[in-house]
Amino acid sequence: MSDKIKITLTVNGTAMTAEVEPRRSLADMLRDDLRLTGTHLGCEHGVCGACTVLVDGKPVRSCLMFGVQANGASVRTVEGLADGDRLHPLQQAFWENHGLQCGFCTPGFLMLAAGALEENPDMTDEEIRDVLSSNLCRCTGYQNIVKAVRLAAEVMKAGPAPQATRS
Amino acid sequence: MRPFEYTRAASPGEAGQMAAAPDARFIAGGTNLLDLMKLQIETPDALIDISRLDLAAIERTDDRGLRIGALVTNADLAADPDVRRHWPLLSRALLAGASGQLRNKATTGGNLLQRTRCGYFYEPSARCNKRMPGSGCDAMEGINRMNAILGGSSACIAVHPSDMAVAMRALDAEVETLSADGATRRIPLGDFYRLPGEDPSVETVLAPGELIVAVVLPPPHGGWQTYRKVRDRASYAFALVSVAAAVRLEDGLMRDVRLAFGGIGTMPWRDQRVELVLEGKAPSDKLFDEAARLLLQEARGHGHNDFKIPLTRRTLMAALRETTASFEEETSA
Repeated sequence: MSDKIKITLTVNGTAMTAEVEPRRSLADMLRDDLRLTGTHLGCEHGVCGACTVLVDGKPVRSCLMFGVQANGASVRTVEGLADGDRLHPLQQAFWENHGLQCGFCTPGFLMLAAGALEENPDMTDEEIRDVLSSNLCRCTGYQNIVKAVRLAAEVMKAGPAPQATRS
Repeated sequence: MRPFEYTRAASPGEAGQMAAAPDARFIAGGTNLLDLMKLQIETPDALIDISRLDLAAIERTDDRGLRIGALVTNADLAADPDVRRHWPLLSRALLAGASGQLRNKATTGGNLLQRTRCGYFYEPSARCNKRMPGSGCDAMEGINRMNAILGGSSACIAVHPSDMAVAMRALDAEVETLSADGATRRIPLGDFYRLPGEDPSVETVLAPGELIVAVVLPPPHGGWQTYRKVRDRASYAFALVSVAAAVRLEDGLMRDVRLAFGGIGTMPWRDQRVELVLEGKAPSDKLFDEAARLLLQEARGHGHNDFKIPLTRRTLMAALRETTASFEEETSA
């Protein structure tokens, strides 16, 4: 019973295969089988959003999905945001606006915001707050996360101007 | 989590046959089932993955109603232009129901089949007739702040948690199913859920292997609609009380009144006697209060949840004021 199942999926644009037990969550599969430990696990019950990744372009809680259910899907994680040494506009904005303190929730917030901005680049402040209320942060008080997402949205709309690299 | 066999079904018919086995379950979005499996409240031997079946279309029916495929996500249903325009209370209920990440995975069929969030159902060391029939109910004398005031029995006072199902009840939805033997049927949502009675572990009339393939809405109601949800915080939380209301006003009189309630019943609650009190009459606070009294005449608090009785009355009155006032504004404009 419960033999491992071989699946193929695309992770951050790269085709990958994994052999996993059906009971392994997508989050555990990403971290333990594919060694992509940027995705964090907080509550593991679908409440905190730390494990948010994009599956076929949409933010989902990877703790509430089995890895085998991602067979054939395209998954994007925080590791796929930066372009080499060049931070994604969201990462840059979090960096510049103190959108994190301990950083544990940050990968989830980044992927939540990335998915939301790709679907609607013109979110109002109210919409940004509504989207971000899906995830929990225990350090920042959220204000700087909202600010970072708003500023990242402006940068992303302005187009792919050269970004400063992190020194 | 206990190990299990996993199969991705190739067709609805095949899925039903495979899921007819004891201890087999369908899985689609999985947002509730996974959590229950982690806690070993659900321990299926086999999961039949239906998430890739071709059941994700939203189509208008010949009579201007809507046929919503069982696998339409809560996100897609809430954003559907037809739903937003003609069934706005459904869209509002979905948006109030869960975070964006959950809405992107949770499906229309699965949402109807959510299990209660009663704390004693989730606590393996507690007595719970829903989790372990015959063991008793620790909610009855316990911390029952979130529990039901209507529809309970001596065996169970667990609340049905869905917002979407409350909206669907107000909108007279029907559930279209495919049985393991290939037969199809349509079940009005009012006949779909079972009251807890003596065995609260059985929550719906679905047979083993019977698959929800669609939810069908009749033609648009056409009146003013609202979904008012009262919860402990502004962000995502389960309802203390919610009211789905739809009212048409004709010559100052209320017509086609539909009212359904969440957070207070052991199933998505509707009491058509309450609607009849309002039907054909002019809106007034006195009449709304009479309706609330009738709704709550058999309501029973269990200590911590006594507050839900006055809260339901106030929420119903606010929803009725909102739906009748907004209509007057538009007609006078």
